[in-house]
Amino acid sequence: MTITAIAAPLLKYLVRLADDNLVLGQRLSEYIASAPEIEEDLAVANIGLDHIGVAQHLFSYAAEVEGEGRTEDDFAFWRTEREFTNALLVEQPHEGFGELIARQFLFDAYQLELWEALSRSSDERLAGIAAKALKEARYHLRHTSSWVVRLGDGTDESHRRMQDAIGAMWRFTGELFEADDLDRQMADEGVGVDPTTLHQAWTATVDEILAEATLHRPDDPYQASGGRSGMHSEHLGHLLAEMQWMQRTYPGLQW
Amino acid sequence: MTITGEDRFLETIAADDKVEPRDWMPDGYRKTLIRQIAQHAHSEIIGMQPEGNWITRAPTLMRKIILMAKVQDEAGHGLYLYSAAETLGVSRDELQHLLHTGKQKYSSIFNYPTLSWADIGAIGWLVDGAAIVNQIALQSTSYGPYARAMVRICKEESFHARQGYSILLALSRGSEAQRAMMQDAIDRWWWPSLMMFGPPDAESTHTEQSMKWKIKRVTNDELRQQFVDQTVPQGQHLGVTFPDPDLTYDEGTGHWMIGDIDWDEFWAVVKGDGRLSRERIAAKVHAWEEGAWVREAATAYAEKVSLRRTA
Repeated sequence: MTITAIAAPLLKYLVRLADDNLVLGQRLSEYIASAPEIEEDLAVANIGLDHIGVAQHLFSYAAEVEGEGRTEDDFAFWRTEREFTNALLVEQPHEGFGELIARQFLFDAYQLELWEALSRSSDERLAGIAAKALKEARYHLRHTSSWVVRLGDGTDESHRRMQDAIGAMWRFTGELFEADDLDRQMADEGVGVDPTTLHQAWTATVDEILAEATLHRPDDPYQASGGRSGMHSEHLGHLLAEMQWMQRTYPGLQW
Repeated sequence: MTITGEDRFLETIAADDKVEPRDWMPDGYRKTLIRQIAQHAHSEIIGMQPEGNWITRAPTLMRKIILMAKVQDEAGHGLYLYSAAETLGVSRDELQHLLHTGKQKYSSIFNYPTLSWADIGAIGWLVDGAAIVNQIALQSTSYGPYARAMVRICKEESFHARQGYSILLALSRGSEAQRAMMQDAIDRWWWPSLMMFGPPDAESTHTEQSMKWKIKRVTNDELRQQFVDQTVPQGQHLGVTFPDPDLTYDEGTGHWMIGDIDWDEFWAVVKGDGRLSRERIAAKVHAWEEGAWVREAATAYAEKVSLRRTA
């Protein structure tokens, strides 16, 4: 594979952004027909569709940047665990609705800031994808915030469950705001954003909603890391095994 | 002479007008509609499971998105239909309880397993195709809210059938393994899809009264024939064989004639002995019970908010 020095970082950056969306979309797609109400089956499917749609756009753009004839599906179905660079948060499985909402809420609050920043990217194509995703992220955050509040401030049981769910996902949030060389380079070029700059706004959103939900911010100091360099939890391999099964079983066919 | 509610009801039916929720209607009419609309709603909801079974394994991102959107539509159809049923004075919770306890049914087709990706194509083409034939006829049903729900649902269903056929077209143009996968799916789904129209007219307990009330406008056998006639040429285009050695074209009538349907299988599945009958309901009940704390919390929160407003 020969990628020009200019294209390589952008390619990596686009794939990183896409991976978060694909993996989270796949997680949400597992939940179909399991929601507490039909309305929530619709909402979860909707959010999942948005994420997979964003992943498609980013992968397609990445494929063009690379110029090697790969497609969005090659990126999704023909890379291994160590080649996926999604954040650990999105690959975490959910025990039930509480965890699904906690994971989504914490991630939505991050993506809101991310897409806001990237909608001002000097790369017009990325800015366009981000602007569309920003509108979706606003809706996602509104939806998940309202559930965090209802569940946090609902019954004693729902309060306990929501607090536990936020606690279970909390240690995967720090990684979202870590910057590596690629982030810094992309930010310097005006293409990307330095994730450390998003943390303050994220914290404000999360604190506001948790307070309204009568929940407290977890104080677990441990924060997991590694997803961006392909060091995942044990969960990702299973997710990919399922998602990639058709392509791997019947390689090279049209569907 | 005073004009009674019953007179007006009979006039409405005779004039092919719509009966609306506030109109007087016979108890039997109301009960039949509740049973039928609820069964239809339950079918949409249970039908999410066999297709949901392949969302996580869809072979391409585009197919995944289309399938997810389709299953999402089914949830939406379930909602419209439960709402239509609610206009008859029954709640969604009551209806779901009747489903969970086996007192109301859903289409037996969803008790068959989806064993390969081709099954997703076969469901779209055959199962949704059969549903459309049925639902187009129901657009002119006499109960207004049901007829209007059908108009909306039919638009989306035709997209569903096309997505199913598109999956199969891709398989038909593919490898030997893909064509074998497709044929296997047709072999398994053809007869069950013909059974979707219900028992033959002579044995259908509900048909006669439902036709008089114009709830039902076309009989089971007529709808089944219409489906066979439109579907067989599409199958020929795909290059599949239908698992019916007696299937022949009758030049005289212009209809495709099918062999004998195995009604013993149909009744066994209706009575709860389908391959996945127990699993489908168990999955539904599980989701409902697992979600109890969420629904309770939403109710409790809404009460707190309204108390705070009045305080």
